[in-house]
Amino acid sequence: MNIVVCVKHVPDATANRTFRASDNTVDRAGVDGLLSELDEYAVEEALKIAEAGDGEVTVLTMGPEPATDAIRKSLQMGAHKGVHVSDDAIHGSDAIATSLVLAAALKRLEYDLVLCGMASTDGVMGLVPAMLAERLGIPALTYAVEVSIDGDRVTVRRDSDTAVETVVAPLPAVVSVTDQINEPRYPSFKGIMAAKKKPVETWTLADLDVDASQVGLDAAGTAVTSYQARPPRSSGTVISDEGDGGVQLVDFLAAQKFV
Amino acid sequence: MTAGLSREHEEFRAVVREFAVAEITPYIAEWDKKHYFPVEVVHKMGDLGLFGLTAPEGYGGAGADFTSLCVAIEEIGRVDQALGITLEAAVGLGINPILTFGNDEQKSQWLPDLVAGRTLAGFGLTEPGSGSDAGATRTRAELRAGEWIVNGAKQFITNSGSAITSVVVVTAKTGERADGRAEISAILVPNGTPGFLVEPAYDKLGWHCSDTHPLTFTDVRVPADHLLGERGRGFSQFLATLDDGRVAIAALAVGCIQACLDMSVEYAGQRTSFGVPIGAKQGVAFQISDLAVMAEAARALTYKAAAIKDAGAPAKVFRQAAAVAKLYATESAVTATRIATQVFGGYGFMEEYPVARFYRDAKILEIGEGTSEVQRILIARGLGLPVE
Repeated sequence: MNIVVCVKHVPDATANRTFRASDNTVDRAGVDGLLSELDEYAVEEALKIAEAGDGEVTVLTMGPEPATDAIRKSLQMGAHKGVHVSDDAIHGSDAIATSLVLAAALKRLEYDLVLCGMASTDGVMGLVPAMLAERLGIPALTYAVEVSIDGDRVTVRRDSDTAVETVVAPLPAVVSVTDQINEPRYPSFKGIMAAKKKPVETWTLADLDVDASQVGLDAAGTAVTSYQARPPRSSGTVISDEGDGGVQLVDFLAAQKFV
Repeated sequence: MTAGLSREHEEFRAVVREFAVAEITPYIAEWDKKHYFPVEVVHKMGDLGLFGLTAPEGYGGAGADFTSLCVAIEEIGRVDQALGITLEAAVGLGINPILTFGNDEQKSQWLPDLVAGRTLAGFGLTEPGSGSDAGATRTRAELRAGEWIVNGAKQFITNSGSAITSVVVVTAKTGERADGRAEISAILVPNGTPGFLVEPAYDKLGWHCSDTHPLTFTDVRVPADHLLGERGRGFSQFLATLDDGRVAIAALAVGCIQACLDMSVEYAGQRTSFGVPIGAKQGVAFQISDLAVMAEAARALTYKAAAIKDAGAPAKVFRQAAAVAKLYATESAVTATRIATQVFGGYGFMEEYPVARFYRDAKILEIGEGTSEVQRILIARGLGLPVE
């Protein structure tokens, strides 16, 4: 079974992230990048499925040169090979263009199952998995908290506020997974050493027959028009209890519409 | 970047740090307070491959270098020294003697679970009346009708009484040599063997999360094939593993110094007195500068010694480098905890802050795996001095 995991290299969410003043795109240079935390769950799930049967896991990413770190981390966790789509024209691409490029790359790969994280930790749109499935003409099963493979069918569980859904689809299919699905493994030293020898291919837009005018900032359907830094956290409200503390607390919560 | 460490070592360091911060940091204060040995963390360290770093792949190990083990011990020790020593002892005293001196059958029986972190092994050398003085060993083992019958007592034995301890290697007097000196051999005593009693854990100054027990042996019978290595070579076999242990303890001390530095820098930037952060005071800032120098110097000596071992240099060269690293790193660690506690002022004396735990944990570093005095003797001998 061939599993392709789509991953993204993102600025560390715990660092001080910002945009580039020149074109309002995410500043990827000023902050350390890493494999999106939400994509680690997709890699882990792919590895579990592959280990349970006889599977091969390919990691696919799109992004500038440092994005290869996201592939390497996935390979260190245990994925078998990587594909990096890197092209200057990609800079500033939105979800629509991202799905176009990833779909074009997937068409050149063999896959029975495409796994994605539920969203990236930088853009946090969560649209790419569904767009990807649409472009590939295969089913999309999103926000899975459980995935099982039975022959040529995939079954997922989705938890919502109102219901637990069990969804079945024929393979191949695109499945996005949430952070509830598993506990991603840490790469072992053995894994780190083994990753050095695993193959990583780098493809350009030309390799994929994608017209550069369809991607990038100019082709994007969405744009960041302005941004400002989050205001510093205020010190909060301190209520001192002089016999009416309970009433004051309720008044505060009511004013904030918590009760 | 540390000189001598590869990109893979540094990437591994980042992984172990991430692991320690996620799996140990949130719980360690509570575990330390309760003197709780977190078996679940041992299993997770096993899943990460820490116990098997230097073991061959055939037993589930990574076949990696000694440097990678030092990196792991440093990074676990940076978050908690007791779990750092748990790792150090599990490999150096649990796995290595069986790996180095065991026969194929013994290795296949014990190593896969030890390497995976499913079980732990202890090494019983020290006795109430003897440590480095092998001739004073009072524990005896007699070979009768195809069985060793072991009688005696051991003390301060790490990883010997946990819920997952599978076996303890015990040094015992098995006879007398022709020259009248004691013949010491090493014998594998599986946990649960009748007569093998694990006494209640010690109440220690520090290392509260480390599993340390006195052990007693009363007519303990194990088959003759439980002899580990050669009969009469029990003590020299142990000595052969000591130099590794010294460097590993030095790595643990580096983790301690780095923790002191990190905590002090953070606190000195936040805590204000007389309207300025205390880090603005030269009296505080200069001491923290000293911590940074100690961390760098101790780390450099430690990884130099590890690199010497990995390069397969002569034992004499490695012994000297190991003693130098152990002496400097551990004495610096004790100094570093004293400085860090001083930076924290009154809070440094409160268990609420981890700096107090490091202060309690550091002292043993100057004692275990050869005291500072022993290291000075070794270094002096290495210099060719006729030291007693």
